[in-house]
Amino acid sequence: MTVPFSYNIRNLVVRKTTTLMTAMGIALSVAILVASLALVNGLRTVFANTANPLQLLVLRKGSHAELGSTVPTEDFAIVRSKPGIAADRSGQPLTSQELVNVANLPSLDNPKGMNITVRGLSPVGIEMRKVRLVAGRWFQPGQREVVVGEAVAHRYPSARIAHRIRFGKGDWKIVGVMDGGQSALNSEIWGDFNQISAEYNQQDSSSSVLLRATDPVSLDALKHSIEDDPRLNASTITESDYYHGQTASGAPLEFLGILVSVIMAIGSAFATTNIMYAAVARRAKEIGTLKTLGFSDGSILLSFLSESVLLAALAGVLGCLIALPLNWVTTGVGSMVSFSEIAFRFHVSIAALFSGIIFAVVLGAVGGALPARAAAKKEILSALREA
Amino acid sequence: MDIVIETRKLSKDYMRDENPVAALKNVDLQVAGGEFLALMGPSGSGKSTLLHLIAAMDRPTSGEVLVLEQDLRSLNNRQLARWRNAHIGFVFQAFNLIPVLTALENVMLPLKLTGLDAKEQLEHARTGLQLVGLGDRLNHFPRQLSGGQEQRVAIARAIVTDPDFILADEPTGNLDAASANDVLTILAALNNEQGKTILLVTHDPHAAHYAKTTRYLEKGVLLPEGQAPQDWMAAPPPMPTSSATSAVTE
Repeated sequence: MTVPFSYNIRNLVVRKTTTLMTAMGIALSVAILVASLALVNGLRTVFANTANPLQLLVLRKGSHAELGSTVPTEDFAIVRSKPGIAADRSGQPLTSQELVNVANLPSLDNPKGMNITVRGLSPVGIEMRKVRLVAGRWFQPGQREVVVGEAVAHRYPSARIAHRIRFGKGDWKIVGVMDGGQSALNSEIWGDFNQISAEYNQQDSSSSVLLRATDPVSLDALKHSIEDDPRLNASTITESDYYHGQTASGAPLEFLGILVSVIMAIGSAFATTNIMYAAVARRAKEIGTLKTLGFSDGSILLSFLSESVLLAALAGVLGCLIALPLNWVTTGVGSMVSFSEIAFRFHVSIAALFSGIIFAVVLGAVGGALPARAAAKKEILSALREA
Repeated sequence: MDIVIETRKLSKDYMRDENPVAALKNVDLQVAGGEFLALMGPSGSGKSTLLHLIAAMDRPTSGEVLVLEQDLRSLNNRQLARWRNAHIGFVFQAFNLIPVLTALENVMLPLKLTGLDAKEQLEHARTGLQLVGLGDRLNHFPRQLSGGQEQRVAIARAIVTDPDFILADEPTGNLDAASANDVLTILAALNNEQGKTILLVTHDPHAAHYAKTTRYLEKGVLLPEGQAPQDWMAAPPPMPTSSATSAVTE
């Protein structure tokens, strides 16, 4: 049997100031860790929500991103004729010729401007995405009109409906705001394919072709058919893989966050060790008494270790609570693939919270191990004579 | 009466500045079951050392301690801890209650190591506190109790597991005269009414009067029965009382 847990809980309450100070140190480490995980989770969510698993992106061979890719219009015609492509309601193959470029928009955070992806596409391209109009209307073919994603409208004061933004050769009128859910599409500006192609003098080509296969088997067959076709100088990538690859945009931030939290955790572990050593010294007489009553060295060790772990676990919960409001925070990272900003919302998942608490518990166990051992090893009489 | 505690040539040396200092020298002591023995002597005479060795709180330099015919040298630390819980009730001079636990929780502590369930532990602890006259102080923390009440809680904690022996190390050393009498009366009642074997270490002759037998230690040597150190002062007899609870005046 072990020393009652209430003994540990009340001791933490009695020395509430030191408990709180130590807990805050651990809580901050946990909060940073959870924030880093939430950031990557948010990015993953955005990119996972953007992709349709049956859709294939056709790029120029050797290109890894739409921005640096050129697919000639005649290639589009060949791709479009391939078997295995799903059809829309009118029986036309679901293929979208798209042109991608960037516009520079100033924001409140960044007055010098940030790059935003501009996508020229036709109505079929809209149909192939899970987007809905939340304000205004869709752009008209042949007009210098654009629709912006909700994140763009929210983060850039100049990108509100009825405003005009400048990219390419002139101004474009914002006529609508679209919602792509928690996806990267919310960070894009869409306009008519022909109009935007002309703006960038790319009437004979597009950046990419998006197509939807009828089923997974056809998807695989289409992939091989396009890549092996000697008439085409094209490579393919599933939309899922394409956006999954962009999750790496958050890797430096994730690494930095984890590094900071680990460095802070080392400091917190030392602080926990100091606090627990002080507790062992202050309670030496109690340790001697407990041993006299019959509690074994193991019980004493477990008791002090539990106290340290309990302190850290409570701090872990506190850290999670500190990080939790991030769930409602939207931020943006520059994608190394599209060279534009991707807006996303932090996603503090259950797994991230669980990781934070486990991290705290490990920290408490590491920090409390040596003091708990010192408590267990105390000789009864020397313990009773201390204090 | 059977001999329940026996020491044979028991010696204990402490190191002071790398030199051994003898705290006990070849002590041969026999304590019969049901005895109430006072160990007396001036400070540094070795009486607490002897008590600690009998309670297995320390190990001797040489000699044997046989308790209930068991040689304590044969037990490892874990076994000694269990042994203390099962056989010994220890009362400290400074009470040694756990400050963050209530009187009831303090008394329940040694019961955590027994096979009793939570309800039985609670009942035993409550009975123990009632026995020492603190049935109305169950949920008081040590800081809310007087010194005498704290020592009575400590006695309740010492007897709650129904141990074979109660070892009390200067239990009245931190108490005023009235509280000291209460505590000693309780110990005497436990011996008289429940037949508990009690070893009382004290340098107070008044406290020793509550014991049936008194043995003296001087410079680590146990003096023969009936012999006291020279110039040892006599003390007045204790106030007579018959039961533990009726003795409590508070």
